Amino acid sequence: MASIAEPFASGDSFIHRIDPRMRLICAMAITLPVALLNSIDPALITLATGVLFVLMARLPLSNVLKRLCVINVFILFLWLFLPFSQPGETIWSVGPFNVSREGIALALLITVKSNGIVLTLMALMGTIAIQDLGPAMQQLKIPNKLCHILLFTYRYIFVIHQEYTTMRRSMLARGFKPKTNSHTYRSYAWLVGMLLVKSWDRAERVHGAMRCRGFQGRFYTLKEFSTHPIDFVFLAACILFALGIAYTEIAHRGLI
Amino acid sequence: MSHAVIELKDITYAFPDRGNALDGLTFHLHHGEKLGLFGPNGAGKTTMLHILMGLIKPQKGKVELFGKTMADGKIFNEARLKIGFLFQHSDDQLFCPTVLDDVAFGPLNQGLERKDALARAAQALDTVGLAGFEDRVPYRLSGGEKKLVALATVLAMQPEVLVLDEPTTGLAPDAKDRLVEILKGLDMARLVVSHEPDFLAATTDRLIAMRDGRIRPGVLKPHTHTHVHEEGDVPHQH
Repeated sequence: MASIAEPFASGDSFIHRIDPRMRLICAMAITLPVALLNSIDPALITLATGVLFVLMARLPLSNVLKRLCVINVFILFLWLFLPFSQPGETIWSVGPFNVSREGIALALLITVKSNGIVLTLMALMGTIAIQDLGPAMQQLKIPNKLCHILLFTYRYIFVIHQEYTTMRRSMLARGFKPKTNSHTYRSYAWLVGMLLVKSWDRAERVHGAMRCRGFQGRFYTLKEFSTHPIDFVFLAACILFALGIAYTEIAHRGLI
Repeated sequence: MSHAVIELKDITYAFPDRGNALDGLTFHLHHGEKLGLFGPNGAGKTTMLHILMGLIKPQKGKVELFGKTMADGKIFNEARLKIGFLFQHSDDQLFCPTVLDDVAFGPLNQGLERKDALARAAQALDTVGLAGFEDRVPYRLSGGEKKLVALATVLAMQPEVLVLDEPTTGLAPDAKDRLVEILKGLDMARLVVSHEPDFLAATTDRLIAMRDGRIRPGVLKPHTHTHVHEEGDVPHQH
C-alpha cells in the first residue's frame, strides 16, 4: 500500500537530533513574523536562512527542489497578474497593459517570503517523523482536536484513496470512459459523494473501535523526548533571529 | 452454571429505513463459556455485538454485563474495558503510527503507567507471535498480520471475555490456522461470530444460530459436508 513518503524525516543531521518540540517552536517562531513582512530585505535574509537550514539538515536536494516547484507553480500565477494589476509607476507597457514597479516588487516579495518559509518548514518540521509530530504537538499543548485531525488524516488518507481506486476501477470495468458530458460529471459527483459517505461510516466504526478500547477523548503518548543544552542554544538562536526579523520590519515601517 | 457475563434481554433494534434488525433477541454468555454464533448475512449478528458493546442503543430491551445493568454510557465505559472486542475489519481498529502505540493504546486508557503499558503490549504481541513487530507501521502489514495485531491490542487489555466479529474475513488459510492456534491457547470466555463452521468447530464448544433478528431455539449439531479444494484427494484435517 502507498504511504506518504517522508524523505526528509530519516536523516541524522544536527537538525534531526534536535528535540522535535524545539523544532516545532522554532519553525513557528520564525515563520509567523516572516509571513507578515512587507519589506524585501528581511525576506531575503529569511530565504538565505532557509537555504542554510536545508543545508544543515542535509536534505536530499532533488526532493527539496521538487517541493519548491509545486509552491512556485502557484506563485507563477501571481506573476501573471500582480505586475499588471497593482497601481503605481509604469515601467513597461505591453499593448494596453502597463507593468508597474509596485506590482513587480509585491510579486517578488511574495515569492521570496514563500520560498523562505517553505524551506524553513521543510528543514525544521519536515524532518520530524509523523509518529513524533503528534506527541510533540500534544506535549506543546496544541489543542487536541488539531493533533487528532493530523493523526487521523495521515492514517486514513490511504484507506480512503484505496476506496476511491476500487470504485474507480469498478467504473472502468463497466465500460466508463470519462468524457466532457453530463454523464461523466454526474458519475464523478456520485463517486465523490459515495467516498464521503464511506469515509463517514468508517469514521464511525473507527471511533467505535476506539471506545471499545477505553478511549474517552484523550491520547496518552508513549513518546518521551529528551532535551539537551544544544537544543536550547538552537531555540535561542531561532527566537533571536525571529525578533531581529520583526525588529527590521517595524523599523522599516517607521514605527520605532 | 455460573452467572452470565453477557446478558441481552428482549432487545429490539430497527435501522431507520429497514425493518427490525433485532426482534426481541435474548442471549446469554456465561463465565468460561466458548460460544459460536452462526447466521446468514443480514441476520443481525454485527448489530447485536455493537449493542452489547454499547456502541449503539437498542430501542427496547436491556443489556447486562458482569451482572450489572448498563443504564448509561458511563457504566458502559467501565464494563467495556473488560470485554475484548475484535472488529471485523482490522483497518477500523488499528489507527496508530506504530504497532506498539496501537497495542499500548488500550492499557494506557485503562490508566496504566507507561512502563506497565509497554510490558503488557510486549506480552500481548508475544502471545500472538508478533514479538519484534513493535516499530512496524500497522497499515503496511499483511491482512493476517493486521488481524493478529488487532487481537494483540485487545489481549493487552487483559479482558475477561473475547468477542470476535467474523475474525476470518479475508484471511488466507495459513493465517486462519494461526488464529485458531492462538485462540486455542486462550481460556477466557468467548463469543465468536462466523460464517465458517470449521472455524467455529475449532474455536468454540457450543454453537447457536441466529436468523431474522433472533437466536433460534435448539443447539446446532456439527456435521460433515463436502467441499472442494486443491489436493482434495489427499487425506487432510480442518
